[in-house]
Parts: sequence; C-alpha cells; structure tokens
Amino acid sequence: MTDDRDPRERGGVWDSTVAIAKGMGTVFKQTFRPDNTEQYPKEIAPIPERSHIGRHRLNKHEDGLEKCIGCELCAYACPADAIWVEGADNDPEAPTSPGERYAKDYQINYLRCIMCGLCVEACPTRALTLTSYFEMGFTSREEAIWTKEQLLTPPPELGTDPVDREG
Amino acid sequence: MDWVDWSVMVVRVVLVFFVLLIAVLLYIWMERKVIADMQTRVGPMRAGPRGMLVTLADGIKLFFKEGITPTNADRPVYLIAPILAMFPGFLAFCTIPFGEPVELFGRVVPFQITDLNIGILWVLAMTSIGVYGVVLAGWSSGSNYPLLGSVRSSAQMISYEVGMGLALVAVIMWSGHLSMSEIVAQQSGNFALHWHDATLFAVPAWNIFPQFPAFVVFFICALAETNRPPFDLAEAESELVAGFHTEYSGIKFAMFFLGEYVSTVTIAAVGVTLFLGGWHGPWFDGPLSWVGPLLWFLLKITAVIYVMILVRATLPRMRYDRLMQFGWKVLIPFGLLWVMVTGLVVVIPQEYGNQGKFLMFAVMCGTLALALLLAPLFSRGGARSRKEVGA
Repeated sequence: MTDDRDPRERGGVWDSTVAIAKGMGTVFKQTFRPDNTEQYPKEIAPIPERSHIGRHRLNKHEDGLEKCIGCELCAYACPADAIWVEGADNDPEAPTSPGERYAKDYQINYLRCIMCGLCVEACPTRALTLTSYFEMGFTSREEAIWTKEQLLTPPPELGTDPVDREG
Repeated sequence: MDWVDWSVMVVRVVLVFFVLLIAVLLYIWMERKVIADMQTRVGPMRAGPRGMLVTLADGIKLFFKEGITPTNADRPVYLIAPILAMFPGFLAFCTIPFGEPVELFGRVVPFQITDLNIGILWVLAMTSIGVYGVVLAGWSSGSNYPLLGSVRSSAQMISYEVGMGLALVAVIMWSGHLSMSEIVAQQSGNFALHWHDATLFAVPAWNIFPQFPAFVVFFICALAETNRPPFDLAEAESELVAGFHTEYSGIKFAMFFLGEYVSTVTIAAVGVTLFLGGWHGPWFDGPLSWVGPLLWFLLKITAVIYVMILVRATLPRMRYDRLMQFGWKVLIPFGLLWVMVTGLVVVIPQEYGNQGKFLMFAVMCGTLALALLLAPLFSRGGARSRKEVGA
C-alpha cells in the first residue's frame, strides 16, 4: 500500500518524534562549531586587496602635481549631490596641476555620499578613486564634510582612527 | 513559633527572593549564550566577564527609560497587570524544596520556604494567576494589538493548564502526596533489579521513569504555560508587534520580562521536584552535607532549562489552530488516559494485594488495547476525509 497522502500530512507520532529529536541533535551539534563572529574593533580582519569599499582619495602625479583638473564631472555625475568642486586657472609659474585648470576647492559631504562610485567612473584623469578605509565616524555635521586637504592625504591603517575606537 | 523561627523564616524568604532574581539574570544570560553558540555566534560578551552582566545592564537601562502610559489605557489595571504577571512566578517557588533540611541551633531548618500540605495545588494556582497579568495587560492597554495578543495567549495558557494539571494528577496519584517535600522524599533511593546479592540494574527512583508519559505532557505544557517557544504566540515578534505588552515600556515592561523568566525557572523547578527527584543526588556526608542537595537541585534545573533552550533553538513557532488542536485533541485525551492507567496501577495492588498483579497486567493490556482502538478517533484523518469529499 503506498502512502499517497500529502507529504505534510504524512507520518505519525513516532515519525514526528524522531524528526524532532533529529532536529534537536543537529542544533546541538552546532554548539561545537567555531563561531563566525568577527571581533571587529578588537581584531580587524584583512580586507581584500582590490576592494574599494571606503572613502575617496584625490591622487597626485609622481612629480607631486595634483591629477584633478577641476572639470567638475564628478560633481555632475554624483546622484546624491555630495561633491562640491570649484575650479580655477593654474598659476603658470607654480602650477597645482598639469594643464590650464585645477581644483581650488574640493569637498565631499559624507552625510550625502552613497558610495556608488559614479564619480570615480566619471573622472577623466583618475584623480578621484575609492579606498578601502571605512572608519569615518564623526560627531558633527561639519566634520562630515571632508575638505580637499583631507581627501589628498592617503588613508591611515584601519583601526587607528580615535573616533571609532571603543570608549 | 518564637522569634527565632520567625527570623529564620524571614531570612529564608529574602534569600530565596534574591537568589531567584540572580538566578533569573544568569539564566537569561545563559539562554542568550547557549542559543548564540547554537547559531555559531558569540552572544553577549561586553558587560562583565563573558557578558554575564548583560541582563543587569538591560535591567538598568529599562529602569531608567521613560514609562509611557497610553491615553486610552485603563490606568489602575494598566499598573497592576505587570505586577500580577511578575509575582506569581516568585510565589509559586514558595513550596519548592531545594535542599535537605539541616539542623541549626537545635532546630530543623527546612530548605523550603513553606511546606504546604497542598504544595502542588499552590503551584497550579499561582501559575493560573499569571494568566491574569497577561489578560489585564492586553485589556487595559486600550489598543488592538495587545488585546489580540492577550486573547491568544490567555486561551493558550488556560488550555495547556488543563494538560499540565492532568500530568500532575498522575504524579500525585503515583506518589500519594500533594506536599512537595513528601513527593521529593518518595523519590529517594533506587529502582534496582537484584539477582541474589548482585545488583543487575539500578536507576534513581525518580518519578520520570514510571511516569515518563506524564513528564512529556508536563514538559510540553510547561513550555506553553510559560509562553516559551515553540508556543510563544503571545508575543510572536514576526506577527504581532509584541503581543500583550506592546504598550508597555520602561520598568513595567521589564517586569513582564522578568516575570516570564521567573516562571520559566519556577516551572523548571517544579518539573525537577516532581519528576527528577528534587534535590536527591549522590553526595558525601560531613559538615558540608547540605551543599550537595543544593548543587544537585541547581544542576537539574539548569539541565531542564538547557533542554528548553534547545527546543527554542530547534522548533519553529506553532500555528494557532494547530496549537489548540494539539492541546485539546492530543495532550488532554492522552493525559486522561494516562491518569486512568496510573490509577489502575496504583489502586489494584491496594485492593487485591499481590494476587492483583495478574489482574493488573490484564487490565493494563486491556487499557492498551482500548487506547489503540480509540487512537484513530484522535488522528487528523485528513487524507481520507478529504478524498471522500473529492477535493
């Protein structure tokens, strides 16, 4: 005689009991598996080398000139309107960047930025790239707006930002 | 009773109250740790060593939070409900013996607050009063979701109380006592199988062995009674907002939370007392002989609570209609049947002496046959009837 009942209806008390016991055994076995939790602020797991999950950085040429030419394409590309660029003409005697124009002011508002990377794609000179530094805690609105100087400095090691340390 | 008795009594009450509070804090921590282990997480770990103080921290947080009373709330009832939910758990613990009586200053001091001669009834009465907290909380909140939650959970708690009562009736008949200390005393010693002088086989004389079906019924009902998963419909986070205590905040919410866990510990203690031999366990004699029973009692409670946590980690929440069906159509008939069998096993040797053993065996076979005959009536019979309908 075949059991043609719906699978959900099948099985008597014994089968159900066995199934529950099996399930509890499985759960019990999990107790002895190592935990998956990362102890983030205490131990920082290495981040993949090619990841770009963090803040922006303004790059420089090897001779020290800034790559940014103040074209504002990043600001146009930004869907969140987080970037402010103010271009200006280079001083021919002491140029800030190769070519005619440079960015006199460059700000990113991290209260608005959504880390989509469209600005990086828009940049014609690879001046703007993303880094994998994500510890950007701030305590006021002013601090959330990063200035050109801040963006030019390379990111520090993860785990060294005093704001993000445990109290 | 002179003043020494009174002061010993007061000390006992205060001690039990605080130990129970601390135990609840630790058991909540243990539950969170154990369940985290089962889910390959680490659980709370910041407050205190290995996160032990996390419940205390939660309690302090809740204590200092603003308590908001809804405009539509029925104020006095709204304030009484959390108290009604919290204290029965403590009160039910009154009759539970947690250690061997010791002699102190020439008096016998029992490790039990009071040895009522109707101990089990007291426990049942107190757990029933716990339902009032739930019902009144939902009713007085002046809001729909708490009302739904409280109706659900009161129906559930009342239904499962019947099953639990039946399981306890079987134990009472088996042991012949209503007093908790007598029941514990009755469970001392061993069930042993002797052959001449050699002991072939021995287990402790705990009620769980002769009364295993009653224990199963009791355990399931205890889970439902204390609103623990998989019977936590009353506060199903994924369906209701938080059930009957949706409108409660701050210290009043903390009281519900505390009450729930106190009654969990208490029900575990009741289970240990009635089925697992209470404080009985091997220990050496000497000046510290009173420590052993305490440790055994704690160990057994912890084991029962561990199983409760394991059940919580494993089983999904029951559907409401299935819950009611299971309670009324499976547990209660089964409990009744088991009460009948226990009654026969207890009464026949009394009435007919040793000659009755054959009769007893025959009656048991008859009961079993009757049970097997009646069992199909309680099956769902889903497939067959559906086919007849032609669906």
